[in-house]
Amino acid sequence: MFKTFIIGIISGVAIAASLLYFIPVVDQHREASLVSVQANGGNTELFQVNLPHDRIVAGAAGRDAIPASLQWPEAAVLGDTQVELFKVRNRNDVVVGVASRISGTGTVSGSVLEWTLHLPARGTLYASMQPQPDDSGRWLGRLRAATREFADMTGSIHERRVSPTSTQDGEADFEGRIELVTALVGSSERSK
Amino acid sequence: MKYAVSWLAGAVLGVLLFLVAVYYNPIANRLTVSPLPVSGQPLADLAYSTVPAEAIAYTNNGDSRISPYPDKIAELWEPTVRKTTVLVTLLADGRGQAKGVGIKFASESENTSLLKGHALVDSAWHVYLPESGSLFVDQTENMWSYARNIVLPARWSSADSWRGTWHGVTTTGPNAIGTARVSGSSGRFADLTTEAVEAIDARAYSALQGPVSASGRLTIVAAEPVAD
Repeated sequence: MFKTFIIGIISGVAIAASLLYFIPVVDQHREASLVSVQANGGNTELFQVNLPHDRIVAGAAGRDAIPASLQWPEAAVLGDTQVELFKVRNRNDVVVGVASRISGTGTVSGSVLEWTLHLPARGTLYASMQPQPDDSGRWLGRLRAATREFADMTGSIHERRVSPTSTQDGEADFEGRIELVTALVGSSERSK
Repeated sequence: MKYAVSWLAGAVLGVLLFLVAVYYNPIANRLTVSPLPVSGQPLADLAYSTVPAEAIAYTNNGDSRISPYPDKIAELWEPTVRKTTVLVTLLADGRGQAKGVGIKFASESENTSLLKGHALVDSAWHVYLPESGSLFVDQTENMWSYARNIVLPARWSSADSWRGTWHGVTTTGPNAIGTARVSGSSGRFADLTTEAVEAIDARAYSALQGPVSASGRLTIVAAEPVAD
């Protein structure tokens, strides 16, 4: 019986080790990546933010904060810095991540406008944009850094504002939509 | 029958022994010394409070013991972002003077392996320092030591709290020497590619509220000092 007890101990250790090894502790929920292939290589993907529902935080000196209870720090160094935090949706209007948008005028950097898109199951994209929109109303930007699934990619991101009347008229509380379109090329495609 | 009971008792003991071994795994000891000083390059420290109520904003899925801040901030309840937290915080230099704002995204990593003592978090910092420029930090953090030394003792304590002094470097990658990857974008950081590590100094933790007294420090190897 003592031998059975010892075998039980060994079995217990093996069972616990197997469970910890084979059953993932973290399993991030995934939505299918809605990627379109570009004619000249690479791929393009649309992300969107429905306003005001997807805005988590908006803070800047002298402006109404979101949420209203947010206390924007009274630090002179922040100047006209504006920070916004959003939920980000894919083309099918499903939330796939979160994003930050920071703008401001720095003493060394001049005008800055940047986006960071964090997609938990895929990776993070960091882009710097032109501070002013072009003639078609788009803010053009360049991918500065990316992680995991996007780590070896380069390319561009542009931001576009879609007014409420063009798509969702009838919804009184709809302010419009921010569209972010990525056009990325992987390192293996660049070398071809 | 008695053999079955004997085997079952042994198996339960085996599972318990294994869990104790995982908990006390000596290989998973925390890193207390930053790998950066060996580089010999100038360093910059950006400090912030890890206490949500001392941040500008903090949000999670709303089910955590750590409450989102401030009131009525949108929670990340959707399935794709449920395991993600976002911290918006003021960043200060070594003298406590505000230098800019930082946003930290942190998501539980699928590479987490308790067998190896890896409670991994994929995190990213979006940092804007108006007097210096902007940058992005990509890192993998191992929170196992923090959980084992602070969070679990607080939950097991009859007072539902932990007090003490704990310092640990949480960054473990993605760079091979265990440092984070930094990409500069504007100002003095334009086109800069360098390294960073993040550390936590904890002094008090409540099992009911989360961190009560704790600070974080993002140490960046810089071409020029940005904060000190």
